[in-house]
Amino acid sequence: MSSALEILAERVRAAADAKKPLRIRGAGTKDFYGRPIVGDLLDTRGYSGIVEYEPTELVVTARCGTPLSDIERTLAERSQMLAFEPPHFGEATIGGAIATGLSGPRRATAGAVRDFVLGVRIVDGRGQDLRFGGQVMKNVAGYDISRVVAGSLGTLAVIAEISLKVLPLPAATATMVRDATEADAITMMNKWGGQSLPISATCFADGRLYVRLSGAAAALRAAQPQIGGEPLSDGQRFWESLREQTHPFFAETCELWRLSVPSVTPPLALGTTLIEWGGAQRWVAGTGNAAAIREPAIKARGHATLFRSSGARDDVFTPLAPSIAKIHRNLKQAFDPNGIFNPGRMYAGL
Amino acid sequence: MELIDVKFAQPDKERLVRELSAILPRESLLTKHEELKPYECDGLAVYRNVPLAVALPSTEQQVQATLRLCRDLNVPVVARGAGTGLSGGAMPHDQGIVLSLAKFNRILSIDPIARTARVQPGVRNLAISQAAEVYGMYFAPDPSSQIACTIGGNVAENSGGVHCLKYGLTVHNILAVRAYTIHGELLEIGGNMLDSPGYDLLALVTGSEGLLAVTTEVTVRLLPAPVKARVVLAAFDRIEQAGQAVADVIGAGIIPGGMEIMDQKVTQAVEPYVHAGYPLEAEAILLVESDGTEEEVEEEIEKINALLERAGASELRVSHSEQERYKFWSGRKAAFPAIGRMTPDYYCIDGTVPRKRLAEMLRGIGEMEKKYGLRCANVFHAGDGNLHPLIMFDANKPGEIERTEAFAAEILELSVRVGGTITGEHGVGIEKINQMCVQFSKAELQTMHAVKQAFDTPGLLNPGKAVPSLRRCAEYGKMHVHGGNLPHPELPRF
Repeated sequence: MSSALEILAERVRAAADAKKPLRIRGAGTKDFYGRPIVGDLLDTRGYSGIVEYEPTELVVTARCGTPLSDIERTLAERSQMLAFEPPHFGEATIGGAIATGLSGPRRATAGAVRDFVLGVRIVDGRGQDLRFGGQVMKNVAGYDISRVVAGSLGTLAVIAEISLKVLPLPAATATMVRDATEADAITMMNKWGGQSLPISATCFADGRLYVRLSGAAAALRAAQPQIGGEPLSDGQRFWESLREQTHPFFAETCELWRLSVPSVTPPLALGTTLIEWGGAQRWVAGTGNAAAIREPAIKARGHATLFRSSGARDDVFTPLAPSIAKIHRNLKQAFDPNGIFNPGRMYAGL
Repeated sequence: MELIDVKFAQPDKERLVRELSAILPRESLLTKHEELKPYECDGLAVYRNVPLAVALPSTEQQVQATLRLCRDLNVPVVARGAGTGLSGGAMPHDQGIVLSLAKFNRILSIDPIARTARVQPGVRNLAISQAAEVYGMYFAPDPSSQIACTIGGNVAENSGGVHCLKYGLTVHNILAVRAYTIHGELLEIGGNMLDSPGYDLLALVTGSEGLLAVTTEVTVRLLPAPVKARVVLAAFDRIEQAGQAVADVIGAGIIPGGMEIMDQKVTQAVEPYVHAGYPLEAEAILLVESDGTEEEVEEEIEKINALLERAGASELRVSHSEQERYKFWSGRKAAFPAIGRMTPDYYCIDGTVPRKRLAEMLRGIGEMEKKYGLRCANVFHAGDGNLHPLIMFDANKPGEIERTEAFAAEILELSVRVGGTITGEHGVGIEKINQMCVQFSKAELQTMHAVKQAFDTPGLLNPGKAVPSLRRCAEYGKMHVHGGNLPHPELPRF
């Protein structure tokens, strides 16, 4: 074990012995996300660097503290990318990107963070150094623990290293934009989703429907008339503004909700809405009344997350059904028996 | 070593049958030896156990009541789909029952707009794509057993197929699962949206080999069927060249719909049956398929052709019709039965290795052929490094089964040594239970046992499979220590 990792594991063992909570943190760019927590800071940035990158194997392995931008730059030099387009929100680390499990505009067509996780090396709540999954595309030996750790908000383990599947950058990209109502935008997004089209992202914002096409140049030329609208010249900047939430829509809200719903859900009439992921992800501004947002989301057979808030953040994630909550508590107990990792960041008691 | 080393108190069969018959209609409960016999194994017929009874529930209430009864009586439960699995995952426990989901065989709904299908676990994989065809859609995972295997089994094994580098495994193509725990508690995991709050339990139950919960419904994602598909057939004098050609294609930024290598033993075995016109003097045949829109495919095929030519292909053919495309693929699809005609028995192995280690793997297998005196043919999902060596043997010749098992174990352990895994898509089941001790440390296995406990406190669902007991590993370790050295001293042990 390298000394930097040994230091991390030692900190965990000491915290476990003392039963003192730890607040696992990379660069802290997503401190706003999840429920507020207390605990001694465990900074993961000391364990950093790309361990292995084999472009022709489509796999990159990196230590948790590696800046996300370093990884993306290294991949881009070989014309590859992290296809789930993780948001940075600043100098993010790969560990934080995986632990928060947030995906960007390409999610609906390429997949989420968890879809690209091939393996992890973790430090569990006893300070044990464990590996699950691996560096190969197909691996069904044992339970798929690496995908469970992704998106668990640091409540199960410290992610020490992560192996991710990477994909080639598309040969060409173009963005088309047209005016649309919210209802028409949802209908079109779903219609296109059922066709063999090279769509890599969609967005409805401010009365306009944006479609990003990615792939072979010839395929884009053929698809453009099918999608219709006008080409957008600074498309890349537009999609980046969604991923990084610098788009004006996000500036206006002091309480930002993220709704994950079936893509075909009609407009929910919750005020100004920004739609992504072919209709499956909807952003709305809140007014301090969680039920007013969450109930319609649940009624649509989805869920709602209080993504950012300048006020209270106790009720961030949609409550779990009792049988599912019980499994969560049991899993927490399995990985972190002393309850030292980010306690309460996801739900009270986890 | 015992096949299943997790044992329970011998149950009172009479009471078990009596109480099961209060839950299940007469035709849904099998108890006579001759009725139970067909359930004694799955697709891996070398390992067999006759269960005490087979329950064939047709409603969720019956599943729930059966599970609760088994929990109360401390009786192991092995869930079963079509029984096509290749790792003994559905082999019964001799002190327990088989819970067959065969009667859960309905497609409940297809939503062509949302591109989802809600299906019962006993629905066959191919039947989903056939039902979705009218909407121009399909279910992407296509294991070679797709005519027979069920979606419930696909979820249990996280099944792949020849298209998974581009389209993913089962875990990437399902949205929701309804499942019951051994306590009869319903778990509604996932939904019709792209993510759920909390931990990713959908990923955890997918590939859990029936150890965590019993699936009663699956919601799958449907994809628009590609408008066009073409395949390039390339012959290589040396298998290393074929491996390098695969790396060249991927390095050039192409993710083909399918990419398969067959070695010479396979092409020579299949050619007399399929007449695909494979160049038989070539050491390896590589098939690369491009799919998508017309324009995408034309552009990609041109690039692939040029890359393969540069990689030293001795012969190159591109399919010009659907008929020709099927012909090129026919040998790959017929590989297993064709090998089956050459030998009384064959044993299919399922390791995955980093592609760059393929040549080393194949050299290793070549040496093992000599060591064990058995022939081995190789097919390879080249895009994702999943190798299927087929060891040919004769079960009637004394000692051949044992030699085959030792050969298989050595291949799997070599897979781990070169940075791969003992199973890419067939699952651990009972077959690779000992090799789990090589791939994982004691603490890692303990964590997996704790995960099982989180779902199945009494440990009654498919006991003794997938994750070996630490006792078993200690025993296996002793068998494998030679001259005081641990096997694979270079592996990290924490």
